[in-house]
Amino acid sequence: MARLLARYADASFWMARYMERAENMARVIDVNATVARYDTGASTWAPIVDLYANQEAFAAKYAEADQASVVRFSVLDLDSPQSIRAMVRAARENARTLRPLISTEMWLHLNTFHEWLGNLRPNRIADPHLASLCAAVKQRCQAHTGIAEGTFFRDEGWSFYQLGMMIERADQTTRLVDIKYHTLLPSPENVGSAQDISQWNALLRSAAGYHAFRRIHPRGLQPADVAGFLLLNPKFPRSLARCVDDANGLLTSLKSNYGLIGGNSALERLDELQAVLLEATIKDVITHGLHEFIDWVQRRLNRLTEEIAADFFGR
Amino acid sequence: MADTSSDAGDLLARYSVGPFFDELLSKADCDPALADIVGRLARMDLDDLRLRAGDAEQELFNLGITFLILSDREAIDRILPFDVIPRVIPADDWRRLESGVEQRVQALNLFLHDLYHDQKVVHDGVVPAELVLGHPQFVDAMMGLDVPHRTYVHVLGVDLVRDAEGTFRVLEDNCRCPSGVSYVVENRHMMRRAFPDLMSGLRVRNVDDYGRRLHNALCDVAPAGVDEPQVVLLSPGTYNSAYFEHVFLAREMGVPLVEGRDLFVENDRVFMRTIGGLSPVHAIYRRIGDDFLDPQAFRPDSLLGVPGLMRAYAKGNVALANAVGTGVSDDKAVYAYLPRIIRYYLDQEPLIPNVPTHICREKEGLQITLDRLADLVVKPVGEAGGYGITIGPHATREELDACRAQLLEDPSNYISQPMIPLSVCPTLTDDGIEPRHVDLRPFAITGESTWVLPGGLTRVALRKGTLIVNSSQGGGSKDTWVLRG
Repeated sequence: MARLLARYADASFWMARYMERAENMARVIDVNATVARYDTGASTWAPIVDLYANQEAFAAKYAEADQASVVRFSVLDLDSPQSIRAMVRAARENARTLRPLISTEMWLHLNTFHEWLGNLRPNRIADPHLASLCAAVKQRCQAHTGIAEGTFFRDEGWSFYQLGMMIERADQTTRLVDIKYHTLLPSPENVGSAQDISQWNALLRSAAGYHAFRRIHPRGLQPADVAGFLLLNPKFPRSLARCVDDANGLLTSLKSNYGLIGGNSALERLDELQAVLLEATIKDVITHGLHEFIDWVQRRLNRLTEEIAADFFGR
Repeated sequence: MADTSSDAGDLLARYSVGPFFDELLSKADCDPALADIVGRLARMDLDDLRLRAGDAEQELFNLGITFLILSDREAIDRILPFDVIPRVIPADDWRRLESGVEQRVQALNLFLHDLYHDQKVVHDGVVPAELVLGHPQFVDAMMGLDVPHRTYVHVLGVDLVRDAEGTFRVLEDNCRCPSGVSYVVENRHMMRRAFPDLMSGLRVRNVDDYGRRLHNALCDVAPAGVDEPQVVLLSPGTYNSAYFEHVFLAREMGVPLVEGRDLFVENDRVFMRTIGGLSPVHAIYRRIGDDFLDPQAFRPDSLLGVPGLMRAYAKGNVALANAVGTGVSDDKAVYAYLPRIIRYYLDQEPLIPNVPTHICREKEGLQITLDRLADLVVKPVGEAGGYGITIGPHATREELDACRAQLLEDPSNYISQPMIPLSVCPTLTDDGIEPRHVDLRPFAITGESTWVLPGGLTRVALRKGTLIVNSSQGGGSKDTWVLRG
């Protein structure tokens, strides 16, 4: 069998990333809607737009960053490249490229998911229905992941698919934590208030981490512990440390199983990240600035993506 | 036990064939296999049929068995409308068609080899020189170039119609990149899922073998001395309207679907770009036109092709299927000469006759066309997809006048044919089961030898009364059942 076409590796990697991103956007909107219910300020929704560096596209269409406009922009608006609909469409375009490779079931599911999003009425993203919509999006994204797991031929394409998924998940988890970073400034003003605790609780739940967190911290729910869990826990599947670890393993075996020469600088990058995450404690991270740390990680992950593209995708 | 048409159930009770040959009913009286199928159909319930038809079309859409229509903002997927009532070809009819298609492939390959070598066919006065040598699809670079097994047309699609007497006739040859075979196979899969009761126990010939046969043919023509030739399918990309078919064929053959940018020519050899670097390619089933294949040899603005591909091809380092320069043989004007071409090379009568054709570049042909314009179908020779056709009996006086003016201005651009009352087949419509006109496109694969896919694509004109079956003009498709003898 011939080696995988570079363009297919590229498309597998990005199909996984876009689906992971769509899923996380649903998680972010879900948690923010919960958080917003406790807050009164109108600024609650603006950070969602900032989080994905989408301010310009948003400002071009909407006057004010309230729930209606931000949710519309982030779920259905094709003018935002980060909206759930735009990301599912991008995943589907990659899947279109991959159709000779992927299972019919995988294509069928993405195709109907895309169709379903296109047919959503605006009232489905209004408040009484927003939570169930987010749940429905998450479930469809997870169905995609499950179908991929059950049907994707285990060749290099599958390795690139998983690699994309892990890198994106790592990145997205840092974004989720970043929503609430301001309550974990080195000298926090109201950390530990009842309102703050419930928001961190919501954040944890949106990452499907509440029950796992409880097993490690049976009593209490400290914001710093939640951030530490999401960033550094080695066993939680969505934690930054776990995803970096998985990505490292995937790239290592991809190289050795298929005798690939490229990918060395990407491996070095992953080793570097892994070493930092292994050493770090959440206390240090907060002391040196949580937001700055997250920013640093995101820049490393971007660099990693560029290195993978240069070595394998013929870019 | 077979039903006879007299005691068939309700579904076909009000069905009226009219003055046409009917693919299911005309021979049902003398063919028990056809009568059995008609009987099964007649016993079905119309509402149930509609329900299953709706589900089938939804499923085709969900599965992405679609072609793309590009609008300014989005690429829209459309299915080729699917009619659930099959078209059936009895075994003996098929045997004749199969031999006729094989004969045509053989003649076309001999003709192309001759045109690009000694041109005896021209010197012997069988085909006018100006018709072929000055043809826009005649490729000078192919002169003297030897292709493996002298096969030029590796995949041939022949468009056939059936007249009121039930005689199959060739309407057109497609020697470049004939499309539609994916629908043949997918329609069958759909019928097996949606109509197990209609199909159960019937001896219908399989269509699943196409991918393997095509792959074999491509390996036949790959450069000698390569043990496991690397075959690829070259597509213009995901936004091509036939992309699904490209996906289908790549999948069936188990080969990479590549775009021009995935290929690279070095030292007159072709490689593809993989995650581990360049990897050699030996045979290319290309679904892009000659003009776009190689910007160094043909259109310099083409971004779809591969610079240097023609050099590699000329050196025999890579096989291209179909060969470059086959467009000269499927012109509507050259078509008119095909019966003479078959006699010239094979010393045989055509097993499937042409539709009688008047060549307007010839004085006599033009005169007959002008004299009988209201009875004839006038076709421009360069157009595809049913465009630019004037159907005399259906045309208004203004349309006929416009056609006459065009004929006089540029007679060589036209041929004319009598209006063939195309055969019909029972079809599910909003008004119940009604006759609709159909054609048939069998596909032949040729490497070292020729194989014809049993059946082919049946296209159906879904609009009442219309004869034009093209998908761009409201046509759909049906499953085509060739019965075992």
